[in-house]
Amino acid sequence: MKKTGILIELENGRVKETSLGMITLAARTEADLHALVLDGVDDTACDILAQYGITTVVDLALASDPEIRLNPAVRADAAAQAAQKLQLDVIFGLSSADGKDFIPRVAALLDAPLVMDCLDVDLEKNIARTSQYSGKVLADIQLTGDVVIFGIRPNAVQPVPSPAQTKKITVPADNTVPADFVLVSWDDGENSSRTSLAEADIIVAGGRGLKNKDNFSLIFDCAEKMNAAVGASRVAVDEGWVSYAYQVGQTGEKVNPQVYITFGISGSIQHFAGMKTARMIIAVNKDDNAAIMANCDYQVQGDVFEILPELIRQL
Amino acid sequence: MQIYVCIKHVPDSAANIHLLDDTRIDEKVAFLLNPYDEHAVTEAAALKKKAADSEIIAVCIGKPDAEKTIRTAMAMGADRGILVETDEACDSMTTARALHAAIVQDGSADIIFTGKESIDSEGMQTQFRIGALFGFPVVTNAAFLDVTSGKAVVTCELSGGRTRTFELALPCVVGAGRGLNTPAYPTFPDVVKARKKPIKTISLDSLSITPAGGSAKTVALAPLVQKRHPKKITGTPADQAKEIIRILQKEAKVLA
Ligand SMILES: Cc1cc2nc3c(=O)[nH]c(=O)nc-3n(C[C@H](O)[C@H](O)[C@H](O)COP(=O)(O)OP(=O)(O)OC[C@H]3O[C@@H](n4cnc5c(N)ncnc54)[C@H](O)[C@@H]3O)c2cc1C
Repeated sequence: MKKTGILIELENGRVKETSLGMITLAARTEADLHALVLDGVDDTACDILAQYGITTVVDLALASDPEIRLNPAVRADAAAQAAQKLQLDVIFGLSSADGKDFIPRVAALLDAPLVMDCLDVDLEKNIARTSQYSGKVLADIQLTGDVVIFGIRPNAVQPVPSPAQTKKITVPADNTVPADFVLVSWDDGENSSRTSLAEADIIVAGGRGLKNKDNFSLIFDCAEKMNAAVGASRVAVDEGWVSYAYQVGQTGEKVNPQVYITFGISGSIQHFAGMKTARMIIAVNKDDNAAIMANCDYQVQGDVFEILPELIRQL
Repeated sequence: MQIYVCIKHVPDSAANIHLLDDTRIDEKVAFLLNPYDEHAVTEAAALKKKAADSEIIAVCIGKPDAEKTIRTAMAMGADRGILVETDEACDSMTTARALHAAIVQDGSADIIFTGKESIDSEGMQTQFRIGALFGFPVVTNAAFLDVTSGKAVVTCELSGGRTRTFELALPCVVGAGRGLNTPAYPTFPDVVKARKKPIKTISLDSLSITPAGGSAKTVALAPLVQKRHPKKITGTPADQAKEIIRILQKEAKVLA
C-alpha cells in the first residue's frame, strides 16, 4: 500500500476546506494517509482529519516564533525530512499562495518530480492533470521516482467525509534558520481576514468597465455582501485601482471558484487563463459581443453602474 | 558582479495553441521571451547600472530558434548569451541540471535570476531546483530587490497583499515577479546592438549532466475546450440583480 503524505494548511489553527479536498483526492486510491501538520495540531484538528480519512497525523512541531515558522526554507526542510523519515511514496500539498513558495522547495530538497496546480491526480499511474499554455491546453503528466509530489489546485476536489482511526505522532522539525536565508519582516496585509482569491467559493471581479478607483469600490461592497473574494483584470491593476495581488489571469492569480462574476471585463485570452476552470461564470457587460459573453454560463447584458448598485441593495 | 539570467522561449500568450498529436503542440506560432523573464532581465540591467563592472549572461535551453529570445534579452541589457541546444522537451529536473551545468562551465555566479514561472508549462519550480543544485538560497515572486555588500534584501509577494522580506547571502537565486519592475521595451538601436553581441551555443549532450532519479513526462495533451452555453438574464437592472441572486442561492448554492 502506498504511503501518502498530505501537507495540511491551517487558518487560525483550523484545517482549511481546501486541505480536506486533498485528502479526498488522495483517498481515491487505497493508501496509508498521513497528514503532515507544521503549525501545531490540536484535538479538534485531529478529529477533523480523522473524519476525512487520515490514519496518521504527523505533528512537525515547528517553533512558534514567526521568524522560524514563516521561513519557507525551514518549513520545506521540516517537510522534506519528515518525508524521508516516514518513507513517503507520494506527497500532496496545496498549490496555494503559500504552497507556491513551499511545495517546490520540498521537491527541490528531495530532488523529486513535481506537478503544480493539479486539477486531478491518478495515483494508480502517478499521472496529474494540469492546465498549460495559459489554460488553453490540459496536460496529463506522469511522474516517476522514489517519491512523487503533486501541488493540488485549491478547490479542485470537494471534500467528502470518510472516517478513519487516527493516531498522532511527532516528527520534530529542525527549526534551524539557515544563515543565508533569513526572514526579516512580514506583512499580512490590511485585509488578511478577507477571503483569499485562490480559495474563494465566489469571486466578484471588475475590469476597465468600472472606469475609476472610486467606482471599483462597488466591487468590494458587492463582494463583502456575498462573502466573496475580489478579483480584477490587468487593466484595473495597471490603472492603479487595486493592487497586483487582485489580478486574475495568466500573469496573475489562477482561480477555481464555484462562481466567478465579472463586471466590465471583456474576457481576454489572458484573463480567461486564470479563471476558465470556474464552475460557473456570470458575466455582466454592456457589449453583447464581448468575448466573455460567448464563454460564460449566464450573460447579463447591461450597465455595471445600474446592475451593481441593485445587487448590493438586494443582497 | 556576474549576473546570470535564465530565460525561456515560449509561445505568445495570445497565440492559439493547436495540437499536432497527443503530446506536441504546433510550434508554428509566435514565440517570445517569457513575460516573467522580462522582469528578470530588467532587474539584472538595473543591478548592472549600480555595479558597472557587472556582466549579464542570458542562459536559455531550447531549439535553435530560441536564439531570437536571447537576442531580445540582449536588447534589454544582457551582454552575452548561452544557448543550450536540444530538440527534446526537458522536464524541470533536467532543465535545472542543464542550467546549473551551463553556468558552472561559464563562470562563477553572484546572482541568478529566473522568472517566477514560465507561461507555457507553468511548472513554478525550476528556480528552486537550480538553487538546490548550487546550494544557494532561493526566493520567488520577488517584487523588490536591493543588493548591497554581499547580500540581497528581497520582498516577495504572496496573494491578498501579503509580503515577506528576506535577507539572502549572495550568491542567490531570485525568481522575478511582475511587481519587481516595469520592463522597458528595447529601442531600435538596442535591437541593432544586440545583433552584434556574442552567443555561445552548446549542445545539451555536451554538458553530460547526471540524469535525475525521477522524471516528469507529458503523456497526453488535449485542448481545454469550453462547453459553456450562455443563457441570457434579461429585464430591468433590478430583475437582473434578483435573478443573479436566485442563481447564486438555488443553482450554485453558494449563498444562503
Ligand atoms: C503577456 C500578457 C499577460 C497578460 N496577463 C493578464 C492577466 O493576467 N489578467 C488580465 O486580466 N489581463 C492580462 N493581460 C491583458 C489582457 O490582454 C487584456 O488587456 C485585459 O484582460 C483587458 O482587461 P478588461 O477586460 O478589464 O478591459 P477591456 O478589454 O477594455 O474590457 C472592458 C469591458 O468592459 C465593458 N464595459 C465598459 N463599460 C461598461 C459598463 N458601464 N457596463 C458594463 N460593461 C462595460 C466593455 O464592453 C468591455 O467588454 C495580459 C496581456 C499580456 C500581453
